[in-house]
Amino acid sequence: MTAPSPHKLEFRDPLKAKKLTARLDELVAEVGRDPVSVMHVCGSHEQAIARFGLRSAFPKALDVVMGPGCPVCITDVPEVDEAVALALQGVRVATYGDMLRVPGTVKSLADVRADGAAVEIVYSIDQALELARSEPSRELVFFGTGFETTAVATAAALLNGPPPNFSVLSAHKYIPPVMEIVTEMPGSRIEGFIAAGHAATITGSAVFEAFVRDHGVPVVVAGFEPLDILAALVRLVELIRDGKREVVNMFPRCVTREGNRVAQEQLWKVFSPTGGRWRGIAHVPNGNLRLTDAWASFDARQRHRIDVSRLWDFAPPKLLGQCVCGEIMSGSKSPRDCALFGKQCVPENPVGACMVSSEGTCRIWHQYGGHLDLRSVA
Amino acid sequence: MCLGVPGRVLSVDGLTATVDFWGVQKRVMLHLVDEPVQPGDYVLNHVGYAIRKIPAADIGATLALYDELLAGNPGDLMRADVEGELGAAKEPAR
Repeated sequence: MTAPSPHKLEFRDPLKAKKLTARLDELVAEVGRDPVSVMHVCGSHEQAIARFGLRSAFPKALDVVMGPGCPVCITDVPEVDEAVALALQGVRVATYGDMLRVPGTVKSLADVRADGAAVEIVYSIDQALELARSEPSRELVFFGTGFETTAVATAAALLNGPPPNFSVLSAHKYIPPVMEIVTEMPGSRIEGFIAAGHAATITGSAVFEAFVRDHGVPVVVAGFEPLDILAALVRLVELIRDGKREVVNMFPRCVTREGNRVAQEQLWKVFSPTGGRWRGIAHVPNGNLRLTDAWASFDARQRHRIDVSRLWDFAPPKLLGQCVCGEIMSGSKSPRDCALFGKQCVPENPVGACMVSSEGTCRIWHQYGGHLDLRSVA
Repeated sequence: MCLGVPGRVLSVDGLTATVDFWGVQKRVMLHLVDEPVQPGDYVLNHVGYAIRKIPAADIGATLALYDELLAGNPGDLMRADVEGELGAAKEPAR
């Protein structure tokens, strides 16, 4: 057998897991629809679901899909182009490792690095700041990607006083607005959301209250343990069964209703929400985080003339046209619906962004398998 | 990037803490935590910044998941993400 071997379905508290899965079975049966579709919006949730083989414990009629929860994957092609163009213009570009191989229109940062451009991988913005300080005569751009959890770090670092040769190319994204877009997409069957625990640690669970009120879809905030996810699903399906439009926080050990105000304050001092495209999904009003005018001198888009047109003289790779990453991230398709998945598109040679990032649906399914029926294995 | 990593605070110097992660000492920034942090506290860290002081009662449950992930295969995606977070924290001052 060549399929990736599934991890053994192990819980810290097997009895509790058994009770929760039994309850989930009952509740989904009580809802009486097939499928009952719910969405989570976090790469770490998908990793946990796949790694611990949770889908095999879900009722058959419960469809748990990953939405646009991979920050690397939803970074749009023109944003990657901007970083690539800067690197080609001789600016040092530092970014998180997963961004390196994400395709732009014709090239990725890895491609131009192989051609000699100065592209540095960092784990944190502070490492990018150190690189800037180590060569003060040379401009360094930090290509900042990620949701709330990394955006607050970018904000804190800027507020802490960056060196004058440092600027930020922000591709940071804000999760709550995209939930509205995905819910309202034609054909969407999403009946409830599992919200990502650590992003909600920053925003607080209250950030979802307006969404629930306006769109009539319940939201449950969940942690990352297999048991956390199961418990959150039980609560979510219960809300769906009862027709309750509520936000429920099932991760109180990290999330409060108000969230982390200290971090929020810093986030909104540095960033303002603006509309922008999320790769393959849609234009998302207020979904992008751009530096406010007060930070213009540290905004790479203000500070550098970024010439992306030079990239358009080349034809994009042919396979990219067949990539269904966008449909996968908006929940209408799964990696199994993609003709390239596991064939022309593999982690070593990814076609689409979802196969690049460790938080991408395709990459996760490629490692762990997506929908293995562990009942036949256990 | 969403998973973060918990660690135990060993010492605090202004807005920088030295934190123990499974026996490895690193420095993390405290600018974003919304509570005072003291030696002995556990904090949850993302890309080099602490974002949350973990309530004492919840430390065991929080650490258990990470213990399991770090014991996983070297190529495991979740283990790699946790290790990436550890890479984000700075080496301690000598």
